[in-house]
Amino acid sequence: MRNNSLVSIHDITKADYETILNLAEKFETNPKRKILEDFVVATLFFEPSTRTRLSFESAASRLGAKVIGFSDTTSTSVKKGESLKDTILMVSNYSDIIVMRHPKEGSARFASEVSPVPIINAGDGSNQHPTQCLLDLYSIRKTQKKLDNLHIAFIGDLKYGRTVHSLVIALTNYQTTFHLVSPIELKLPSSVKRYIKEKNLEYHQYTELEDVIPNVDILYMTRIQQERFADPLEYERVKNSYVLRNSMLENAKKNLRVLHPLPRVNEITEDVDDNPKAYYFDQARNGVFVRQALLATILGAKLGK
Amino acid sequence: MGKQDKVKELKVSAIENGTVIDHIPPQSVFQVIGILGLDDINNQIMVGTNLDSGKLGKKGIIKVSSKYFESEEINKIALVAPTATLIVIKDYTVVYKAKVMIPDRINKIVKCINPNCITNHEPIQTRFTVLDKEDLTLQCYYCEKTTKKENIRFL
Repeated sequence: MRNNSLVSIHDITKADYETILNLAEKFETNPKRKILEDFVVATLFFEPSTRTRLSFESAASRLGAKVIGFSDTTSTSVKKGESLKDTILMVSNYSDIIVMRHPKEGSARFASEVSPVPIINAGDGSNQHPTQCLLDLYSIRKTQKKLDNLHIAFIGDLKYGRTVHSLVIALTNYQTTFHLVSPIELKLPSSVKRYIKEKNLEYHQYTELEDVIPNVDILYMTRIQQERFADPLEYERVKNSYVLRNSMLENAKKNLRVLHPLPRVNEITEDVDDNPKAYYFDQARNGVFVRQALLATILGAKLGK
Repeated sequence: MGKQDKVKELKVSAIENGTVIDHIPPQSVFQVIGILGLDDINNQIMVGTNLDSGKLGKKGIIKVSSKYFESEEINKIALVAPTATLIVIKDYTVVYKAKVMIPDRINKIVKCINPNCITNHEPIQTRFTVLDKEDLTLQCYYCEKTTKKENIRFL
């Protein structure tokens, strides 16, 4: 890992993924290991994200670290116009590692340049969210017992969804067959498709969700946001075509699992939740183990026996 | 000296000291003037465009007296006029002549096209990696978005 910070999925190699996922497995077996008792973890959320923040804070607490930080900027000096550089430099005096979410793309990379302590990017605008990507990889490996030779379908907004972009790029390190299901206006951008082509991996594009279900191992669902459409009628036309209902899973492979980065709105109906193929809540739970593994790795803490 | 060369000499005369930017695509001549700020200096400048060129068909040329460009300025020329040749003249003699080259990295001079990029909101020098020199594509080191040739704006 470059500078010990984790800003982008591009900073880490396939070997790094496996180190982190293997360690995460150990935390899943026993999450309460107080190996960071002498450390302070700062969580700086320049925009709110309850789920990600709680997941990191839970990970840090289970490792015995102290957690400081803010969950929005209303009561901070940022509100008074403090620059990002100054905020990061100040907080680095108080902590051993900074976990940050920021609405501007590139903010985490910049923070990693000015900060004397490592930075973990917990989302920089629409750019990167590498810990989400790692927990997705962990969830795929756990449910399929492997990462190579899988058929993985991505459904919904493939154009703007940053979790989709990072995960597609990470999966190009494995023998993946990609099934890309989206409305024409929300197709996977060529800047991401480039990675698939560079590795000569197979990919197929669809506009109908039903077409892919019987053939894949993972269904990675995403939310289609209304604000992505210039024409509201177009959104109305498209939004219901990418909804997963329990009845649609009848012909699915036995090992298929449904993933979703959450929050979901209506793209997975609630009757799917009780299907053993639904994995999205377990996926969120895995996030804590992966973040424990990352904090421990970056801070150089050893598991012991 | 061939007949063709003589005709060219008549069109744009020689300079004693300074820089000649030759082989500029005609459509980029005024852009080169703009990005180098040549419309805002007092040096003698001769500009020719749509001149016959063996290499390009038509070309533009800019001769600037008593002016030598810094590497950042030369990088700017390379981005908008990748075919250009830079000729440095001292005492009517060519002392340096080379085709401009698009560097692998572009620092400070280009603005990131992404309005939500941190470099457009905090005092940060921009940094780009050149992904493709033929079909010019720059990738922002910070926000990772790509900027294509037609969207390049200089700071």
